[in-house]
Amino acid sequence: MKRLLLLSLAFGSALHAQTIAITGGTVATAVGDQVIENGTVIVRDGRIAAVGAGLPVPAGATVIDARGKTVTPGLIAGMSTLGIVEVEGVRQTDDAGARGSPYSAAIDVTPAINPVSPPLAIDRLGGVTRAVIGPSLAGNVFAGQGATISLADVGPGGNILMRGRVFQFADLAEDGARAAGGSRPAAWLDLRNGLAEAQRFARNPAAFDSGRDRGSLVKRLDAEALVPVVDGRMPLVVHAERASDIVAVLGLRREFPRLRLILIGAREGWQVASQIAAADVPVITLSLFNLPDSFETIASTRSNVGRLTAAGVTVGFGLFGGDSGTQGRNLPYFAGNAVAQAAVPGGVGLTRAQALATITRNPAKIFGMTDLGTLEVGKRGDVVVWDGDPLELSSAPTAVLIDGVVQPTTSRQTQLRDRYRDLTRRDLPLQYPH
Amino acid sequence: MQLMRLACLLLVAGCAAQTRPPQSAGGKPAEVVTIPGDPYPSTYRPYPGVATVIQNAIVYDGTGRKFAPGAVRLENGLVAEVGASVTVPAGATVIDARGKYVTPGIIDIHSHLGDYPSPQVEALSDGNEATSPSRPEVWAEHSVWPQDAGFSRALAGGITALHILPGSANLFGGRGTTLKPVYGRSVQDMKFPGAPYSLKMACGENPKRVYGSKNQMPQTRMGNIAYARQVWSDASNYRRKWDDYARRAKAGTARPSDAPRRELANDTLMGVLNGDILVQNHCYRADEMTNMIGMSREFGYKITAFHHAVESYKVADLLKAEGICSAMWADWYGFKMESYDGIRENIPLVDRAGACAIVHSDDANGIQRLNQEAAKAMAAGNRMGLGITPEHAWTWLSRNPARGLAIDKRTGSLETGKAADVVLWNAEPFSVYARPEKVWIDGAVMYDWADARRRPTADFELGQQGAGDPK
Repeated sequence: MKRLLLLSLAFGSALHAQTIAITGGTVATAVGDQVIENGTVIVRDGRIAAVGAGLPVPAGATVIDARGKTVTPGLIAGMSTLGIVEVEGVRQTDDAGARGSPYSAAIDVTPAINPVSPPLAIDRLGGVTRAVIGPSLAGNVFAGQGATISLADVGPGGNILMRGRVFQFADLAEDGARAAGGSRPAAWLDLRNGLAEAQRFARNPAAFDSGRDRGSLVKRLDAEALVPVVDGRMPLVVHAERASDIVAVLGLRREFPRLRLILIGAREGWQVASQIAAADVPVITLSLFNLPDSFETIASTRSNVGRLTAAGVTVGFGLFGGDSGTQGRNLPYFAGNAVAQAAVPGGVGLTRAQALATITRNPAKIFGMTDLGTLEVGKRGDVVVWDGDPLELSSAPTAVLIDGVVQPTTSRQTQLRDRYRDLTRRDLPLQYPH
Repeated sequence: MQLMRLACLLLVAGCAAQTRPPQSAGGKPAEVVTIPGDPYPSTYRPYPGVATVIQNAIVYDGTGRKFAPGAVRLENGLVAEVGASVTVPAGATVIDARGKYVTPGIIDIHSHLGDYPSPQVEALSDGNEATSPSRPEVWAEHSVWPQDAGFSRALAGGITALHILPGSANLFGGRGTTLKPVYGRSVQDMKFPGAPYSLKMACGENPKRVYGSKNQMPQTRMGNIAYARQVWSDASNYRRKWDDYARRAKAGTARPSDAPRRELANDTLMGVLNGDILVQNHCYRADEMTNMIGMSREFGYKITAFHHAVESYKVADLLKAEGICSAMWADWYGFKMESYDGIRENIPLVDRAGACAIVHSDDANGIQRLNQEAAKAMAAGNRMGLGITPEHAWTWLSRNPARGLAIDKRTGSLETGKAADVVLWNAEPFSVYARPEKVWIDGAVMYDWADARRRPTADFELGQQGAGDPK
C-alpha cells in the first residue's frame, strides 16, 4: 500500500486511477501463450487486480465492454527516440545525438524528455504505453545513457520518466567504426579504453585525474558513467549487425566478466544464434530486414527473428534510427509479419504468442521493467483493448489504459483529419473552430 | 494538333518508328536533323509461360471488382478471361486456389531501386546528380544497377512494374523510367516496352537545402520557384527554335546546319511541354502543390502526379479538379518539417474526393509490402466511416499507378487482353499474414515461394552468406 502511494506520487495521473473492469474480451495475457476467452481484467489503483474468465465486476467499477474485442498488455517500444526527437530533420527538435559534444558515455537523455511531444500521443493511439528511449551515436563508440518512459497523457509539466540511466549505448557496427575514426579496430579501442578507464575510476576516483596522459580521451564524467557498466549494474546495449561482430561482442565478457549485454540490430544474428543463446544475451531488432543494404547485413533475412527465438534467444522489437524511432504504432505490423514468415516455405517465423511477446513481455524483461509486459495480478495497469486481432493491420485500439488510467483518444493527427475531412467552403476558414 | 504530331516526330519514345527521316524523290534521305525519341529502347522479352487457370480463388481485379469465387485464365502472356469461373483449355495448368486470393501485380510509381541499390555504399550511390538545381539531362535508367538485390525482394512482394526516379536534390532531377523486376544483363532488358519517360521534379525542402547549404540558389522556396520558372522559360524558347526549324525543314527551306544545337536538358523539358513526357513531382505540402500547379499553367505543361504528397488531403478537391494523381505513403510523417502534418487518412481522403490515389514506396523495404501500406490506409479510412472495400483499395496499388505511368492500357488490372501480371496470395492480401505465393509477369511465373528455381538471387549476393535463403 505504501508502495502504491509512492508510485502514485511518482506518476501524477495515477492519482486519478480508479477501479476499471474490462469485461468479455479475448484476453491475450502474454504470459506464455495464454489466451482467456470471455476474460475480465480488473485494474484497481493503477495495478492489475484480477485476470480471469467471467470474473464478477466489483461494485463501483467503471466497465469497459470488450465483447468481440481482444485485450492485451500495453505495447512497449524496445528502443526509440520518443519524447526526445520530434522532427528528425529539424535539428532543434532532435536531442538524440550530440555531434559537437566532448562528452559521450556521460550523456543522459533524461533532461530532453518532452512529455507532450506529439509522437507520444500518436503512438499511444496505436497501443504503445511504454518506450525505451536511447541516444543516437555521435562522435564516440559510446552514445550515452537511455531511459524508460511512459506514454501517459500527463500534460506539459508532468513526468513520464520511469527510470533514467537504464543502459549505456555503444556501437560496434559500421556506424561505430565511423564515429571512432574509420575502422572497427579503432572502435574497439574506444570501447576497451572507456571500460578500462571506468575500472580505474572505480578503484580510486580521487586519483583518476593524476598521472594520466594529458590527452586522455576519456573524460572524468564519461569514465564515471561507465562504472555501473563494468560492474554489471547497468546493461550495455551494443549495436552490432555482422555475425563476426556479434561473436566479438559476446567475447567481451572474457575481458570484462560482469558486463550485462543486450544486442541491438543483429541482422546476421541467426548465423550465430546458438552462441547468442548460450551467452544468454537478449536481442532488440525488427522482423523485416531482408536486404543486403550494407556489407554488415549481407545475410539479412526475415527469418532472423524466428531463428533467434527458436534458438532460445529473448527477442524484443525496437525501432531505432531513421524516422522509425517515433513510429512505435507500427510494432504490431512487425510482429504480424514475423508470424507471416512462418508460412513461407523454408522461412522461420514466430507463433502469434511469440510475436505478441516481442512487443510486450520481452522488451519489458530485457530492460528490467519487471512490473510490465504481461497481464498478471500485481503488474501495472497498462491494458489495451483492440477492435480485432492486435497484430492485424485493420485493427486499432478502442481503449488504452496506462497505470490504470484511460487515455485520451485524440492526437494532432486526429485533429488534422477532423479539420480537413470536409473541404466545403464555409463562413470562415477551416482554421476557425467549427 | 499539327504541332503535337511534329513534336511526336521529334521526340517521343512511343513514336520511334516515325523518326525516320523523310525520303526525297530520288530515294535518298533528305537531310533533316531530328531528335531520336528512344535511343535506348527496351530489349525486354517476356519469359515463356504456359496456359494457366487459377480457380476457386477470391479475385480483386484491380478495377474495383471482386469475384468470390473467382477465376482467371492466362494465355499467351495475357489475361484471357476473368470471372466466377472460366473455361479450362486442354493442357492448361490448373491451380486450385481455394482460400487464396488473386490480384493484379502491384505497380510502384516511386522507386530508386538500382539507383540507390543495396549495399548502400558511396560507390553505388547514383540517384542524385546534385551538381546543379536543374539536371533534366540525366536519365535514371543510366544509373540503374540491374543487379540490385532489391529487385528480387520487390518481385517477391508482388511487384510487377516499377518506376525508377532520380532523387529529389534537384528542382529538375532528370528522367524516370519504368522497369519490370525481371533481372537482365542491362537495364534495357528490364525496361517496360513503350512506357513513356517521366521528368522528376521536386519542390520544397530538399532542393533548397542541398543548394542553400552550398550558398547557391535556390536557398528558399521562392528561390525554388524562381529558378524553375527560368528553366521553363528557356525550355519554351528551345522548343520554339525546334518548331521553327521543323517547319522550315518540312517546307524544304532549312539546311541541316540550321538545326538548333541539341541541349539534352531541354530535350527532356521540351518533351514535357509537348505532352510526351510525364511530370512526376516530389511535393509534400498543400500550398506548394498549388504553387506547382500555377507554374504548370504558366508554362503549359501537365503534372501527372504529386509524389509523397503528405498534405494532399488538404487539397483533395483541387487535385480531383486538376486530374492530378497523388502517390503517397500510408503513414510516414514527421521525419522532416514538410511531413509534419502527415495523417493515415491521407490516401482514403484523396480517394473519397474522387482524385487518383496511389500507394508508393520510395523505399527498398517498403516496396515489398505496398499491399500492407494500403491496408493501413484503408483501415484508417474505414474507421472514419468511408466504407472502403478491399477490391476498391486495390485500385490504389495497380490501376491508379498504371494510369500515373500511362501504362494502364497494358497492365494494372485483370481484364481480358491485358498483360498477365498477376499475384496469387496465400491469404487476404490486406492481411499482415499474407504473402505472395506466385507472381506472374507477362504470363510467366517469375516468383514461386515453393520453387527455389523461381526465386532469383542477384549477382551481388551470389557466394555470400545467406544467398538463396527465402527472404
